[in-house]
This record gives sequence, structure tokens and C-alpha cells, in this order.
Amino acid sequence: MAGKIDDYLAKLERTRVWRSVFRGGTGSSTLRRALAIQQNVFLHLFSTKVRRRMLRFNATWYLGTLTLGTFLILVTTGILLMLYYRPAVPQAYADVKDLQFVVSSGLFLRNLHRWAAHTMVLLAFAHLFRVFYRGAYRPPREFNWVIGIVLLMITLLLSYTGYLLPWDQLAYWAITVGSNISATVPVIGEKVRFLMLGGHQVNANALLRFYVLHCVILPLAAVLFIAVHFWHIRKDGGLYVRQSEPVREPAKEDESVELEKV
Amino acid sequence: MTEPKDFTAGVGSDIKKSQKRVLFVTRRTSAQVRVFDEERVQTYPEALFRAALAIELLTIALVLISLFFNAPLEGLADPTNTPNPAKAPWYFLGLQEMLHYFPPVVAGVLIPMVLVIALVVIPYFNVNIEADGLFLKNRGRRLNIFYAGAIGLSLFLWFFHVYVALIPTLLIVAIMLVAAFSSPASPQPLRRYLASKPVSWWVMTWFLLELIVLTVVGTFFRGPGWSWVLPWRS
Repeated sequence: MAGKIDDYLAKLERTRVWRSVFRGGTGSSTLRRALAIQQNVFLHLFSTKVRRRMLRFNATWYLGTLTLGTFLILVTTGILLMLYYRPAVPQAYADVKDLQFVVSSGLFLRNLHRWAAHTMVLLAFAHLFRVFYRGAYRPPREFNWVIGIVLLMITLLLSYTGYLLPWDQLAYWAITVGSNISATVPVIGEKVRFLMLGGHQVNANALLRFYVLHCVILPLAAVLFIAVHFWHIRKDGGLYVRQSEPVREPAKEDESVELEKV
Repeated sequence: MTEPKDFTAGVGSDIKKSQKRVLFVTRRTSAQVRVFDEERVQTYPEALFRAALAIELLTIALVLISLFFNAPLEGLADPTNTPNPAKAPWYFLGLQEMLHYFPPVVAGVLIPMVLVIALVVIPYFNVNIEADGLFLKNRGRRLNIFYAGAIGLSLFLWFFHVYVALIPTLLIVAIMLVAAFSSPASPQPLRRYLASKPVSWWVMTWFLLELIVLTVVGTFFRGPGWSWVLPWRS
């Protein structure tokens, strides 16, 4: 059975259509595996080869990868939640209630979105501190550190704008506390709050603005900066490695020192 | 008769493992290699599969959590009914705790702005890149600055009754004192470790400790009117 499926897949990979889509070709040769990265617009953000030392759990604790994982979960569950949600007063609250009690798996969907969101904030902070304590912010990676801070801000804003959307007491007053703080900025504070809320207090306008920020503007900004963040890893010479960390298989002396005369 | 070239050309003998490299070595420099090539693996599948596995495990954990714990949902938003206390999301509760002691423009605007700027500039200061032990160079001067800063900050926090932030500060100051009077050649590993830590490490560790303490206090230990409550005595 498994052999039949493998045969079928192998045949599929040789078809003209398949080869027009996946130009790197198939098979497990080093060249093909390199092309799988290099010929793909998204994977092209990464280098085709990485130092084996970087894959150790201890090097990164995989915190950046896991933060991306929570983001992917949030995009998926978020799109599904959008199908059942109207950003208006008082429909918003009723829709969330429906998600809890009427929609199939609606409760699970909302739970997953909520817990993944909290986890993403936690992981982004953890990633920041892990990178700091490892010293990986050092040149030439200093600008990627700054992009990381921008991504942390975007993460916090995403979580904060999402907090209002259920339109329950918890949401309403948390955002009221936050927007009152922004009103204390000297000179422009009141204007900033008015721009943010579309009014002088949290109301239906604020809900709509937060919805647009949460579902369109901030996710787009996040995707953009995540792409730059990943691309910079390649441009900055791969993930940070300390010279003191042992290479698993030290190169033999004669391998890289000797030069063959041309 | 052509002039002899000013360089020799060669090909690294590890070409089978990594990309082909052509070297041009000018006569007056040596071709000594200081950093040896280390083992590299293909991003696909080695790195991508590991990343996928990590994300899958995370997803399984989150799905299990979502099956057993429900997200909170309170009553419909009511602008005329203010809950006591009205709390911000948990990651802002450290700032809300500060808001209890300082005017809003300090706690809500000044402190977060200083934090973000401080984080952004870390990699642009040589002192953070060299990362030598704080008290190893210019010892006298740095000790004086440390004493002045520690006493000033502690008095400031004490004056505004910010005991929640004062206790972690005093803890870090105490550990820094141990570091100040430890030698990098000390026989005890912990003192060697502390003596080698640079200024950014101390500031960041202090920030991390404050962040955890203030967030935990704001989340669990604050009740009506932002009074001190014990979460296990409801």
C-alpha cells in the first residue's frame, strides 16, 4: 500500500505540471535540496545551508520559531472567527456568545485564539531575553535586534486591539484604562486618544477601528516585518554562534588549510 | 616575457562539502586559515523539519489547553458600571502597578518610552558589545557611579512608597555588591560568573526581575481600589 502511494507520488513529481510549479526538481540530492529553498519565493528568505551548531536546542530554545508558530495559529483561527463576528455594538457581544454556545467548535476556536495570543506575547518576550542573554544582538545583527523590538511592539498592539473585540466588561474596561493613559501624553494626548477611539470614550467607533487594526493593518505589518526579520538572519551570516561553542565534528586540519595549486 | 603575477590562485580542498571558493592570496600576506569550516547541513530538510516539529508540538499543547480551559467572557460592556478594580491585559499590569504610584504621564508615557529606547540602543554601544565585567575596568569610578545610582534609585522608590519595585532593586544591588568584590579568578564558580557580567546584563536582569514581580503583583495581588489582596484568600 505504502509502496503504491510512493510510486504514485514519484510519478506525479515527474509530470510536466508538477515540474512547472516546483522547478527545483525532485529527489534527495544536495543540489535538489538547495534548490527547494532557493527556488521558492518564501523559503528563499533562508540560506540553503545552516551551521549544524545552530540546530541545537540550547542555541535558541526554538523561541523565534515557536513565536512564528503561534502567529500561524492566530492567523488561521482568526480568519475562521471573522466568519462569525460583526464589529458593531451590540452585535459583537452576541456573536461571541454565539461562538461560545451555538457555533460548532466555536468555543474551541475562541479558546485556541485566546490562549495562542497570550502565548505569543509570552514567547516574544522570552525570545527577546534569550537573544539578549546569548549576546546575539551584536554587530552585524544590531538592526535585526531593532526589527525584533518593532515586532514585539506589533505583537503587543495586536493583542491589545484584539482584547476589545468581545465587547464584554473585561474588554471594555481594559481598553478604557489603556486609552486614558494615552490621553496623558503632553499636548497631543487628547488628540491621540480621539484618533485611536474615534471619539472621547470607548464606543462603537472604537470597536470598528480596533477591528480594522486587529484584522488588517497590524497583521500585514507583522507579516512584513517577520519577512525582513527572517531575511536579515541570512544577510547577517546565519544565527549567532559563539566561537567558544564546540563544533560537533571539528574539521580535520588538512581539509581547509591546504591549497591546491591551480 | 610577462611579469609574474602578484598573487597565487587556489581552490579549497573542501569543495565537495561546500560551495566552490577561489582564493586570491597576495604575496605579502599569509594564507593561514584561522577559522575552520564547520559542519553545515541543508536547511531543507534538516532545519525546516525541526521547525515544523517544534510548531506541531506547540500546537498540540495549545489545542489541549483550549480543550480544557475556556477563555473568559464577562457580561455585556456597560459604560455606567465600572468594575473594581478595572485591570488592563496582564502584560500591561506592570505599568498599571506603576500608575498606582506615579502620575500617568510618568508611568504610562515616560517609563515605556525610556524602556523601548533603552532596548533599541543596546547593540549600538561598544560597552555592550565588548561586554567586560562591570567592575573590572575603571574600578574606582564605576564603583562610585554604582553606589550613587543604587542609593539614588532606592531612595527614590522608598520616597514614593514603591516597595514592590524596591525589594527586587535591593536584591539586585546586593548581588551586584557580591560581584563587585569577586575576582574573575575566584575559586567559586558563582563569583567568577558574577564578576564577568557587564553593565547591560545587570540592567536587563533588574528589568526582567521587575517585570516579573510587578506583573505577578498586578495580576494576582491587587483587589478593589488597587489594595493589596492575597489570591488564596478570596
